[in-house]
Amino acid sequence: MPGPGAGFAALLRRDLLLAWRRRGEVANPLIFFAMITALIPLAVGPEPSLLARLAPGMVWIMALLGTLLAADTLFREDFLDGALEFLVLSPQPLWLLVLARVVAHWLVTGVPITLLSPLLAALLALPGSGLPALVAGLGLGTLAFSLLGAVGGALTVALGGGNVLRPLLVLPLYVPVLIFGTAAVARAAAGGESAGALALLGAITALALLVSPFAAAAALRVGIDG
Amino acid sequence: MARSGAFWQRLHRWASPPGFYRLSGRWVPWLAAASLALLALGLVWGLLYAPPDARQGNSYRIIYLHVPASFLALAGYYVMAVAGAIHLIWRVKLADMLMSAAAPLGAALTFLALFSGSLWGKPTWGTYWVWDARITSMLVLLFLYLGVMALRQAYASRETAGRACAVLALVGTVNIPIIYKSVDWWYSLHQPATIRLTAAPSMHPDMFKPLLVMIVAFYLFYAWVLILNTRAEILSRERRAAWVRELAEEDVT
Amino acid sequence: MSPAAPLLEFQNLCFERNDLPLFEGIAGGVREGDILQISGANGAGKTTLLRVLTTALSPAAGSLCWRGRPLPRARTRYLTELAFLGHAPGLKLGLSPRENLRWLGGLFPQRHGAAETALAVLGLADWADAPCAQLSAGMLRRAALARLLLSGAALWILDEPLAAIDRDGVALVEQLFRAHLDSGGAIIFSSHQQLALPGVKYLELAA
Repeated sequence: MPGPGAGFAALLRRDLLLAWRRRGEVANPLIFFAMITALIPLAVGPEPSLLARLAPGMVWIMALLGTLLAADTLFREDFLDGALEFLVLSPQPLWLLVLARVVAHWLVTGVPITLLSPLLAALLALPGSGLPALVAGLGLGTLAFSLLGAVGGALTVALGGGNVLRPLLVLPLYVPVLIFGTAAVARAAAGGESAGALALLGAITALALLVSPFAAAAALRVGIDG
Repeated sequence: MARSGAFWQRLHRWASPPGFYRLSGRWVPWLAAASLALLALGLVWGLLYAPPDARQGNSYRIIYLHVPASFLALAGYYVMAVAGAIHLIWRVKLADMLMSAAAPLGAALTFLALFSGSLWGKPTWGTYWVWDARITSMLVLLFLYLGVMALRQAYASRETAGRACAVLALVGTVNIPIIYKSVDWWYSLHQPATIRLTAAPSMHPDMFKPLLVMIVAFYLFYAWVLILNTRAEILSRERRAAWVRELAEEDVT
Repeated sequence: MSPAAPLLEFQNLCFERNDLPLFEGIAGGVREGDILQISGANGAGKTTLLRVLTTALSPAAGSLCWRGRPLPRARTRYLTELAFLGHAPGLKLGLSPRENLRWLGGLFPQRHGAAETALAVLGLADWADAPCAQLSAGMLRRAALARLLLSGAALWILDEPLAAIDRDGVALVEQLFRAHLDSGGAIIFSSHQQLALPGVKYLELAA
């Protein structure tokens, strides 16, 4: 009988291997993220002071949309090819398997988006003093997005129209993350202190880490029956 | 022991759809009369007799609708979530019927709170929509309600829909305090010290008493409509059951 | 343990969809060496019943016992001794059969170092390292069956195991079934086809 960590490790390994084999597809949210960012100056004008004011919010909204796009792969594919039944019927704790899926999702979407964000923030004329807060905030925030997105993904896993429904369920839950994340960047960019907002963001991510795997596991057990 | 056995038996009878249907039938006229009387009293008192506010004049009177509606909007979400939890854990079907009745009612009250808030915004701020902390939280709450309702619609199986909505409502319950706190925090960051809809620092007792009446009236009204909705839900789901047929035949003859 | 100890027993199972029972009063069970075939018209609830038997779905009423202990309390024990195969093979198309067996080995108990033989028995030795996307539907199903051989589970629950399998494949499945039953295992499966096996019990679901 494999120990409780074995399922987590096996699933994480599987997902990273799969992501590596189709890295082109995995890069799509990143390209989306970059393209939309490039559209903003075209829409509002190239004036640096205006762009700098919009930058914290815009980069965060783009990151949110990028992870949301990719959240479709969280459980839906496993549902369609039947692998989800193996997860649900494994003697391993389901929440731990869910956590493995979430961590893989974050490593494949959230982390690259975070790493790409300074470049895009620079395109939007964000002052350099805001960059550390942006990277730290997005690193935490995208993990929270993946965790909350897993609950939405699990609830809509068997629904054909889940693509449209999932954001409806999940977006209200993203509000606190967005508020603290953007506030941290805006404060740091204005030369202020961002540690308080980042600490609150960290607390929310920690809470999501505690609650979401269990909620998503409960949702999967329900949602597997369309 | 015998007493507690009798208690569980009685509880079980209430929790069965026909038992609840019969019992609640006796409550409905009382709730209807009490809530309508209190609503009339509170409205007349608040709108006609309470003194005008020193700064806002008469426009503050919208609080007699706005405050009770936003109380109930929030409380309604918790009613929904608790019913969902009861359904999820003990598989009480009645709780699911209550939950599906509570969602549109709560959404309607949230909408009323938003609508009355924006009406108040026009004379106060000169615009119908201001990103006030309370109104913004209400908007997010409306989205949470709409999510639960959309999820219930999406499932073909009622059993799965009920349990999925319960999980979502419980997740929302954990999130609501965080959302409210974060929106307050965000608001204090961007708009320090303007007039806020409910933060009247020293409300005159003559203004406050009708508000209390309206709050109680709204609670009773909520209970009344919730029970009516639940009874309709019970009849529609149990329409094939013998007791509903008997009921229908009684009505015809 | 006596050879006839009951493995899975179920009584009075009822499953509701939209407040109407899909099936009700279903009872039965398997002992070691038993094979039970669930039959019935399309839409009679065969797949749902099988999923209730695996505990993936919970019934509206009725009880299930694994080795005499009630489910879902004995669930973890039950799941370590159960191997389920659904409609879809549950294999990732981007991975090879060997890689698929490997990640499944993290989720379920597996006999060590038996992957090679299992794939060989199912005629997939040459395909063990090819991506599953290149395999035909029948080969995918064989790869999924390899997991059963590896699992060492006492009870197999299989939803339409004969779908998409050619005549040689059916003979192979019969052979696998016989070996599993002879070693004291039990099988519950759904199919429209008759298997050439002795002692198959039937459970007919009315539409």
